[in-house]
Amino acid sequence: MDDEHQSQEPAVELSPTRRSFYIKFIYGVMSAIGAALAVPAGIYLLFPPKAHKENEWVDAADLSRLPTGTPEEISFQRTRVDGWKVSSEKATAWVVKTADNQVTAFAPQCTHLGCAYHWDEPTHNFVCPCHTSAFSIDGKVLAGPAPRPLDRYEVKIDGNKLQIGPLERHA
Amino acid sequence: MRKIIDWLEHRTGLESAIKNFLYEDIPASSGWHQIIGSMAVFFFIVQVFTGGLLAFNYAPTPGDAYNSVKYIVTELTGGSLIRGLHHWGASMMLIIVVLHMMQVFLYGAYKKPREATWMVGVVLLLITLAFGLTGYLLPWDNRAYWGTVVTTQIAGQAPVAGPYLTRLLGGEGSVGNVTFSRFYALHTVLLPPLTIILIGIHVFLVRRHGVAPAVGDTAPRRKFFPEQVFKDTVGVTIGFLILFTMAVVAHVPLGKLADPTDTTYIPRPEWYFLFLFQTLKFFKGPLEAVGSVVLPGVAVLALFLIPFIDRGPMVRLGKRTFAFAFAALALIAWSGLTTAAIMTTPASAEEEVAPGTPALQAWQQLTPTELQGLGYFRKENCKACHPGAAKRGIGPDLTQIPAPHRNAAWMIPHFKQPAQVVPGSAMPPVQLDSAALDALSAFVLKMTPQNDEGLRATPDFAVQGATIYQANHCSACHQINGAGTKMGPPLNGVGGHRDRAWLEKHFRDPKSMSPGSIMPAYNFSAQEMDSVCQYLLQLPK
Repeated sequence: MDDEHQSQEPAVELSPTRRSFYIKFIYGVMSAIGAALAVPAGIYLLFPPKAHKENEWVDAADLSRLPTGTPEEISFQRTRVDGWKVSSEKATAWVVKTADNQVTAFAPQCTHLGCAYHWDEPTHNFVCPCHTSAFSIDGKVLAGPAPRPLDRYEVKIDGNKLQIGPLERHA
Repeated sequence: MRKIIDWLEHRTGLESAIKNFLYEDIPASSGWHQIIGSMAVFFFIVQVFTGGLLAFNYAPTPGDAYNSVKYIVTELTGGSLIRGLHHWGASMMLIIVVLHMMQVFLYGAYKKPREATWMVGVVLLLITLAFGLTGYLLPWDNRAYWGTVVTTQIAGQAPVAGPYLTRLLGGEGSVGNVTFSRFYALHTVLLPPLTIILIGIHVFLVRRHGVAPAVGDTAPRRKFFPEQVFKDTVGVTIGFLILFTMAVVAHVPLGKLADPTDTTYIPRPEWYFLFLFQTLKFFKGPLEAVGSVVLPGVAVLALFLIPFIDRGPMVRLGKRTFAFAFAALALIAWSGLTTAAIMTTPASAEEEVAPGTPALQAWQQLTPTELQGLGYFRKENCKACHPGAAKRGIGPDLTQIPAPHRNAAWMIPHFKQPAQVVPGSAMPPVQLDSAALDALSAFVLKMTPQNDEGLRATPDFAVQGATIYQANHCSACHQINGAGTKMGPPLNGVGGHRDRAWLEKHFRDPKSMSPGSIMPAYNFSAQEMDSVCQYLLQLPK
């Protein structure tokens, strides 16, 4: 405050009604502007990207090569929409073929926290190494903290080809 | 509530600090003409906010930047609004900073003791311009790329410092990864905190010396809050309404992906740099640096030193004839140059990519033969030794094949017997028939550092679809990306007027869908049908 020609009297007070109008206006308008920025930001961050049709089916294995009654881990290439990229990547599934050529394909992650489980031949169970969840050959939870049976891929059989589709949606 | 505030006040003094800030005494002559500084702070906050949101979905590499911007604008709800706010906010910001400066200049408010406040302000103006310049590159479309090529070349013309500036901007050789990263770092890492610090200093200095009063203002002082804050808020509201309307209504351009080989593109800078662009046209040959570097440099220096050039005491606004004349002259010169630049800009030859069209993937630009070659590339597991541009592999980087070897005549014998063509080569011979080798070499010749990553990510359906297309000799009658004949209809853009069901029926029984067609029927397996249809439907226009 080093301008010499200024009065040092105390500042003038506004009339109470004016003052209260100003304050209400400031708060009201600033809140509206805040909302005009925050709402689009929330939508932008929380809404899922516009849906991509991901109903692709890929040839995953020859049916005749799959053992009957014993799970087999198969790997296959599939395309994945990852943000702004569509990439081709390796995916795996645990596949069980029954005697009447019915095939089930399990997603390779434990339903507890997503660790990769494996088939334990001696106990005839799928066992997760992380928290010892165990699943039967048809995916049911036998032991451990897993909250639900193993997730499955949709499967189709075309002649001798086993085709794997998207994950089945659970209710 | 009161209790919480009291607790906080006792521990931090926050409440009294805020009160102290808001209840500052200001001169009675303060008013509407002084709202612009607060507006500048507000718009800076909007830029930080929207910029942060964009960064959440933006990939800062030349390989991904364009597609991620496209993704923000087309895939994310509200993405184009956020980008609109950030894009137009930059222009808003600049207009407001200039208006603020103009106001201070006309009033002569930079005079003693407020010289330092002014000088910090000039630096903030330069930073605002630097934000505009660096942000311009980030969408990585043709506009961004070519604009930056020109900018880095201009920096290179600076006397003495030129080569160093070019190196600092990573523009040596060409604009690419290095320049991009540096611009991104400047735009998001360096400039924002610098701006915050300088705004802090600027506001501190304003407080230190008090808001400049009008000459002869001896009336009792007033409080900053709420009257002046009310006026500031009105200004902010009007500005924000304009910005929001622009963001909703005015479409922000995103052109084609940056293409360094595009010789048809006519680069133009952002509108607020057009006057510099036009000035440059007056200086030819060795004098060019005068227009591009020396003159702007002198102007900035003069602006910086104004408080020391104009040292008289503060006078009434009406008596500052010289200042008004000077400002008017600057405004006329600026408008004249900008208008001239706009008038001489030829109508853009570039077709803008319509909003909603997804970015072109690398594979969509290949011919079926080249895509089939990619299939062999995968089948033969070539990537085991040639893992990609900028990655270390046993074999050489295929995007950097020296010119004498960049042809099929060299490559095919090399595929067949690698060690005979390149003595000492550890590459195993490629056991494919000659048609396959042709396709493989056609593909390898298409690999560049720019598309390498994209090509390797080609979805399987495209490779399989193209392979089926080739195996059935479709190109004998059809054309894709310029390859094949036009006996039957060209297939680019077929997805625009046909759907999957139509294609499938047409393959099984062409005559039922196109009477008079001479195309034979094809009985593909479900998997083959899937690949070939997906491939055809996703061909570019």
